[in-house]
Amino acid sequence: MFDGYTSSELMSIFAMQGFAGLSLFSVFVLMALGLTIIFGQMGVINMAHGEFMILGAYTTYLTSGFFQSYLPGLFGGYFFVAMILAFLVCAALGALVEWLMIRHLYHRPLDTLLATWGLSLIMQQAYRSIFGAREVGVDLPEWMLGAFNVTDLVQLPINGLFVMIIALSIAVGLYLLMYRSGYGKKVRAVVQNRPMAEAVGINSAGIDRATFALGCGIAGVAGAAFTMIGSTGPSSGQAYIVDTFLVVVFGGAQSLVGTIVSAFGISQAQSTMEFFLSGSMAKVLTLLVVIGILMLRPEGLMALKVRR
Amino acid sequence: MGTTDTTASGRSFGKGLGFRKSLMTLAASVMLATSAQAATPSTAEVNTTGLAVTDDTVTVGILHSITGTMAISEIGSVQAEKLAIKQINESGGVLGRQIDFVQEDGASDWPTFAEKSRKLLRQDNVAAIFGAWTSASRKAVLPVMEQYNGMLYYPTFYEGLEQSPNVVYTGQEATQQILASLNWAAETKGAKSFYLLGSDYIWPRTSNKIARKHIEDKLGLKVSGEEYYPLGHTQFNSVINKIKLKKPDVIFASVVGGSNVAFYKQMKAAGIDFTDEKPLLLTISVTEDEIRGIGGENVDGIYASMKYFQSLDNANNKEFVAAFKEAYGDDMVIGDVTQAAYLGPWLWKAAVEKAGSFDIDKIREEFAGIEFKKAPEGYVRIHENHHLWSKTRIGQAQTDGQYKVVYETEELMEPDPFPEGYQ
Repeated sequence: MFDGYTSSELMSIFAMQGFAGLSLFSVFVLMALGLTIIFGQMGVINMAHGEFMILGAYTTYLTSGFFQSYLPGLFGGYFFVAMILAFLVCAALGALVEWLMIRHLYHRPLDTLLATWGLSLIMQQAYRSIFGAREVGVDLPEWMLGAFNVTDLVQLPINGLFVMIIALSIAVGLYLLMYRSGYGKKVRAVVQNRPMAEAVGINSAGIDRATFALGCGIAGVAGAAFTMIGSTGPSSGQAYIVDTFLVVVFGGAQSLVGTIVSAFGISQAQSTMEFFLSGSMAKVLTLLVVIGILMLRPEGLMALKVRR
Repeated sequence: MGTTDTTASGRSFGKGLGFRKSLMTLAASVMLATSAQAATPSTAEVNTTGLAVTDDTVTVGILHSITGTMAISEIGSVQAEKLAIKQINESGGVLGRQIDFVQEDGASDWPTFAEKSRKLLRQDNVAAIFGAWTSASRKAVLPVMEQYNGMLYYPTFYEGLEQSPNVVYTGQEATQQILASLNWAAETKGAKSFYLLGSDYIWPRTSNKIARKHIEDKLGLKVSGEEYYPLGHTQFNSVINKIKLKKPDVIFASVVGGSNVAFYKQMKAAGIDFTDEKPLLLTISVTEDEIRGIGGENVDGIYASMKYFQSLDNANNKEFVAAFKEAYGDDMVIGDVTQAAYLGPWLWKAAVEKAGSFDIDKIREEFAGIEFKKAPEGYVRIHENHHLWSKTRIGQAQTDGQYKVVYETEELMEPDPFPEGYQ
């Protein structure tokens, strides 16, 4: 399969594919982090995660339109405003959903699955009614469009780098929040032993709501980032959700570090194979490997060690 | 004819105007009975098979997805078909009869398409059905049309390899879309190597098979890669890297749906500029409709091979675009398939009037050579294989989301759904 390439070309291929793998990695990380903390904290599988991402994307679309019409001079910087707005909008809706629906279903995990799936259908239809069935395009400021030329062959797209930086910042931020803050300590206490945590005076209901909102907010930022590389339509969220679950389950569903390791493994494997095989074939092989490893390690790559 | 413009719109668009409608029907039939009888043949004469034809109306069916994932694409076709029906009614109808329509929703679900077409034929006894979009929905409807001897006017460009006595194909089949455009790329752009890229299902695969045969056997040029990605795929970094490495002269793309947005954005981000001559991107799947989602700046300079572009500079098209925008709003864009859907009712009218009957069997006899001179795409004629003679055009995308026509075949191309040597 290396036939027909010179050794310098092969070097470039691996460099380029490595970078392609890294941008896929950041996409996976962005998608999966929100899902992981919700699942890890509350055992809720949020089937509407993709729709929250799309809500973030639509927020970006509206912000971009607003800047174009009213603040054209500041258009270059609208994206940062859009990301913050996306986070706030999605977190607010997440908190509302938790209050209205999720909190009544904590002891019925299968019902949360159905309820959030229903929610995802409702959200999709709402997008269709509000924004129309056609996909919308989000304009990017000029500075995001180019690429850095490393060599003739190796070019690094600026928006790819940008997604990477966002993913990295969110991952680091989350790590600090979970492992270096009072809030994180409480979250971990609730995850490990809910009755005991409540006994020492932790408001576990409040923690739940904050965590659900945080997870949804991160989905919103992911959605904002994806407008740079993908499409925004009522059902675009569906395209991401399977990959997201794959990453989360493979990583060990409750572990942040596991999610990142699993995202890295899957993205690099897929990206390298995509080059030498076909796109569909790479996907099949990746899935087979994941299934194989999950058969050996049913709890995922990095299981949380908790006494049951 | 004995009817006025108000009756026309009252009939086909004024749902819920029951009383007024029946008054008008009464008035119209009185007028028909007195003055226009000589011009309008009697119903018994033009309808011997029990279709929904009365002395002053004829009912047809519109069958498209207005819900589900295909609604995005099919709504344009519904709009075009309704516009054509309205215009025909305003100009006097078909055989002196106003067209009434029943619209059903295929809901992007192939069994539903089959079920609804059965309902239209058996229950509503429609004289013709305008509809279907994907090949899958057409294939689902086909056995029903053949069983009950209905007639389907199908508007989408498609892979060919089909010819049914119960379907008229108003879009172009694969050879009409592909061969001329590859010749153009080779002759005027000096292309030597082609990279074939598509979504992973039957239409792109069949199209690329035909393209590969033509490139290798007829043109004697090189295919430097062929690649398929699942529907909805959004990560094209790897294939973009391959394209950079193989440096093909032409990227021949049949990526569909939302994947297009990701594909063109990532191509642009990777520094591939289509306003340069190489690589040249030739698509058979991006119409003005899709550009709305992709964004004009991301497709600036790509070429598309279609038979129709909204920007076509002829009197028919100007009239059509103006009428379409008047009916549905100024921000409407009209893609290739929308225009092909518009042809359906007009071609049906021409065939009915030539046959002097609504009977499907009599109409079928007359198909070969039926023409529509006022077609927005110029002039079309039905071939005896039920496809249209049509031109292939190449348009270059502009930042405003419109195509500028840079080439068109001189003659109408003969439809060839079973191209020999390309299987």
